[in-house]
Amino acid sequence: MEKRITLPLDKQTALSLKVGDGVLISGEMFVFRDAGHKRLFESIKAGKPDINYKGETIYFMGPCPALPSQVMGSCGPTTSGRMDKYTPYMFDTGLAAQIGKGKRSPECVQAIKRNGGVYFAAIGGAGAIYSSCVTAVKEICYEDLGTEAVRRITVKDFPAIVAIDAKGNNIYEK
Amino acid sequence: MKTADLDLLTQKTAQAIENIACNMEASCRAALEEARRREDSPTARFALDVMCDNADIAAKKGFPVCQDTGMAVVFLNIGRELYLPGDVYEAVNEGVRRGYKQLRKSVLDPVTRVNTGDNTPAVIHTRLTDGDRISAEIMLKGFGSENMSKVFMLNPAQGFEEAKRLIIDAVASAGSNPCPPVIVGVGLGGTLEKACELSKHALFRKIGSSNPDPELDKTEKYLLGEINALGIGAQGFGGRTSALAVFIEKFPTHISSLPVAVNMLCHCSRATSFEI
Repeated sequence: MEKRITLPLDKQTALSLKVGDGVLISGEMFVFRDAGHKRLFESIKAGKPDINYKGETIYFMGPCPALPSQVMGSCGPTTSGRMDKYTPYMFDTGLAAQIGKGKRSPECVQAIKRNGGVYFAAIGGAGAIYSSCVTAVKEICYEDLGTEAVRRITVKDFPAIVAIDAKGNNIYEK
Repeated sequence: MKTADLDLLTQKTAQAIENIACNMEASCRAALEEARRREDSPTARFALDVMCDNADIAAKKGFPVCQDTGMAVVFLNIGRELYLPGDVYEAVNEGVRRGYKQLRKSVLDPVTRVNTGDNTPAVIHTRLTDGDRISAEIMLKGFGSENMSKVFMLNPAQGFEEAKRLIIDAVASAGSNPCPPVIVGVGLGGTLEKACELSKHALFRKIGSSNPDPELDKTEKYLLGEINALGIGAQGFGGRTSALAVFIEKFPTHISSLPVAVNMLCHCSRATSFEI
């Protein structure tokens, strides 16, 4: 039933996804949230971005500590709306997709449409399931931010819904 | 006079936190199952399937249900016949420190944003009661839902009808953000902070229980119907269940005002209680 997609997300796949589609995502993505975005933007302002996110997917999430049996602790999405102010710039400068939960500002929807991007909604509160999808994790930067540090994870069959598609159709505006 | 066992309070607090982080409150789990059974929107159904499976996996494997293991909120009812041999607040905070060892530390200074490192302090409300026991109600409060809280200081002329409209509005404007289907806590009356405290405490009620006040019970059922008619649905994807329950607590207020506080819980309530 769900479509299987692989990251990095190519333009053609992005355009083929329709709002409301259930997807199972596999591949690598960046993970960070409020404090990581704030600091990344300080580095962008200073002219030397700390990560290269062109063509990448960013998942808004701050995990629980991992138990011995886990690669990553519980790791469901956080509220995307708090990242709205950073989002149009990131899509305009090459970001392919974002994953989070909840509605986005009209400016974000426009930026996604303008750039043929995608916004996926993961299921909020489903931290244990998402933990089971993570097969590898790498610390990238801002380790001092603890749960809010920038990480790169590899996932397999990560369940999500296409919430805003490349044409700007928005599941929260139905 | 009996002496309170504060070490036991610490120990029980830590155990309660470890337990509820991984085990969704039982009446909430049952309500979620019922919502899944009733849902006919495929997208909301997808979300409810994931939520229910997640609760089962978390319980089975001992993983936190949600990575936002929240800020600990504790209502302590302390029997007035007890002698307290030490700092009750520190006893609870030590329990929080231990209970959160394997959980996410989300508590920080509001100005510097520097993390306290152990998820303390808890928000602790104390009430004095009869007897010689301490009962504690503990909730791990996630902030996706907490951020959607609203408080209104209404004119008496606006009255209870306007209060009902604003409660529905608060859930409507929160939309997808608090991880619906939500549980809605309402505090009516008192002062600003009393209304807020009541709205939080209301969230400890078990889903399916009746409000002992018949008027409030009727209002809870009415509000639940209206909120579900909004069609927000699971995760805001559109669907039949936008809220699992509405719980109201009230307190007398001033002739000049009608304070109304609305506090929400996401679909995974992590609340429990114990007595020592």
